[in-house]
Amino acid sequence: MTDSTYAIEATDLHRDFGDVRAVKGVTLAVRRGEIYGFLGPNGAGKTTTLRILTTLLLPSSGSARVAGHDVVSDAISVRLKIGTALQDVGLDAKQTGLELLRLQGSLYGLSRRETNRRIEELEHLVDIGDAINRLIGTYSGGMKRRLDLAASLIHSPEALFLDEPTTGLDPISRSRVWEYVRAINKEMGVTIFLTTQYLEEADALAERVGIINHGVLSAEGAPAELKRAVGADVIVANVADPEQARAALDRVQSIQKVDAYENELSISATDGAALVSDVALALNQAGVGVNSLTLRTPTLDDVFLQITGERMEADAESPQRESERQTAEAAS
Amino acid sequence: MSAVEARPMTNVVAKRAGFFRDMGSLGGRALRSVPRDMEVFVPALIIPVFFFAINVGMMQDLLEGPPFGGAAPGDFDYKAFQIPVAVLFAVTGLSRANVMVLDIQSGYFDRLALTPVNRLAMLLGFMVADMALAVAMSIPVLILAFAIGVEFATGPLGIVALLALTLVWAVVYNGFTYAIALKTGNPAAVNTSFIIFFPLVFLTPLFVPQDAMTGWMATIVQYNPVTYVLGGMRALISEGWALGDLLAAGAGVGVVGLITIPLATLALLGRIRRA
Repeated sequence: MTDSTYAIEATDLHRDFGDVRAVKGVTLAVRRGEIYGFLGPNGAGKTTTLRILTTLLLPSSGSARVAGHDVVSDAISVRLKIGTALQDVGLDAKQTGLELLRLQGSLYGLSRRETNRRIEELEHLVDIGDAINRLIGTYSGGMKRRLDLAASLIHSPEALFLDEPTTGLDPISRSRVWEYVRAINKEMGVTIFLTTQYLEEADALAERVGIINHGVLSAEGAPAELKRAVGADVIVANVADPEQARAALDRVQSIQKVDAYENELSISATDGAALVSDVALALNQAGVGVNSLTLRTPTLDDVFLQITGERMEADAESPQRESERQTAEAAS
Repeated sequence: MSAVEARPMTNVVAKRAGFFRDMGSLGGRALRSVPRDMEVFVPALIIPVFFFAINVGMMQDLLEGPPFGGAAPGDFDYKAFQIPVAVLFAVTGLSRANVMVLDIQSGYFDRLALTPVNRLAMLLGFMVADMALAVAMSIPVLILAFAIGVEFATGPLGIVALLALTLVWAVVYNGFTYAIALKTGNPAAVNTSFIIFFPLVFLTPLFVPQDAMTGWMATIVQYNPVTYVLGGMRALISEGWALGDLLAAGAGVGVVGLITIPLATLALLGRIRRA
């Protein structure tokens, strides 16, 4: 399929590492100018897919085109059209920020004048300031991420690939990176393919989300659309005996679906507020011990649970939780 | 926290820079890191000077007199004989392979691989820096040589020829270190490449002239290509434009290069292989 509407197209991508099949038949299409969130827990196949799309890896089978070029047969053309910031911020600690950006410009065939002009613009966009003249080894984690972003953008790429761009960042730096990503997309019109294990990140940034688990793209759509499929509301019941609770809830009308993960039941409903008392009553009458009962709107984690039967946040800490953990660690 | 402010951005068109520009850019980067890594280079300069002083102090009187040094005093200048040894000690194995390993470990190597850079330039850029480094390390040794009265039989052009031979030797030897760096991505493994240094450099007429050697040592020395590299350097200082010695030195460098450069290139291809 070749369509100029799409900046990134993958068809039935597979990638094996020995006996391990890391990516199993991923097919996706990202429109030009779109922010696409590729969401999944650790080891789901996100980074492998990204490495195929950015020409660092060959697919075992299947095909992919990025910016109109085949990633296997025309890798150089792909590299000229994309920018990539990998999960491990790949920067040389012994160079200054300015030296690194100039080298990057030179490798993309830009003249010194073009490179300097781009650096001036990007310096402002990613807020590097005077630090640009310092050795990168002296930068904080957030500054390194920002410089990495600037390096990825030096050559005006059509598409930007970001591999877990906020992993390991403190909440303030994370929020800044989100702002930069939005600005890059809005002001420069760059298509952004973003892998993340943070549900909030995908929800906050992506126009469309692809959910990958065990190498399989399980669901795709706008976050609101995916959440709507779960139901208008979710009643979360933490119970002593999930099987007994499930049986009791079978008798409650208006429940759309019940998903269980360990002792937690996620009950989807179109009108949760009207249903919550019926749920409580049914569990009480069946003698099920209830630890907590809460009503909330669906999250992408509910979508993930419904599709895969697993909770994603059990694997990946949310930025909020990670922030709380960091605060607790600092306090102790 | 202020929102990110939008400004108009200039669009540029990325293109392949070309092999020579890529090599220059990456070589420049490798060279820039040299003064930021002085802790690596200062000991590398102290060791040859130290060995030079020890060797000359220990052996000069013995080897400049009969039966080794010839009939008349001054026939054999042991200090001149030891200067090429000091040059070899200064440059052999001194490479930017440790930087390459750091690049691999930090992910910077992948960042470079994501650009349209010529893949061979990713290796040769470092080697260009090694050449400059080899010349820079040889100059203090030569200054020492002049300071203690060593003269070049081939004059200023001979100095240039010695530097040329030195930098080519440094590059071909460093093929080993880059092959190990690229194959393993492990700094400890790169440091063990010094194991190759000992047999290659010590199984040569390092301390005494080749014709003074006997038995198994004489046989090994005869087949060690570094013997001829050393011989070429010594000829430039002590004998003059001895074509045979210089051709043998070129052949010695060539033999080592025929092994190390393909090894490094294969290791590079293995590292950037997308399969």
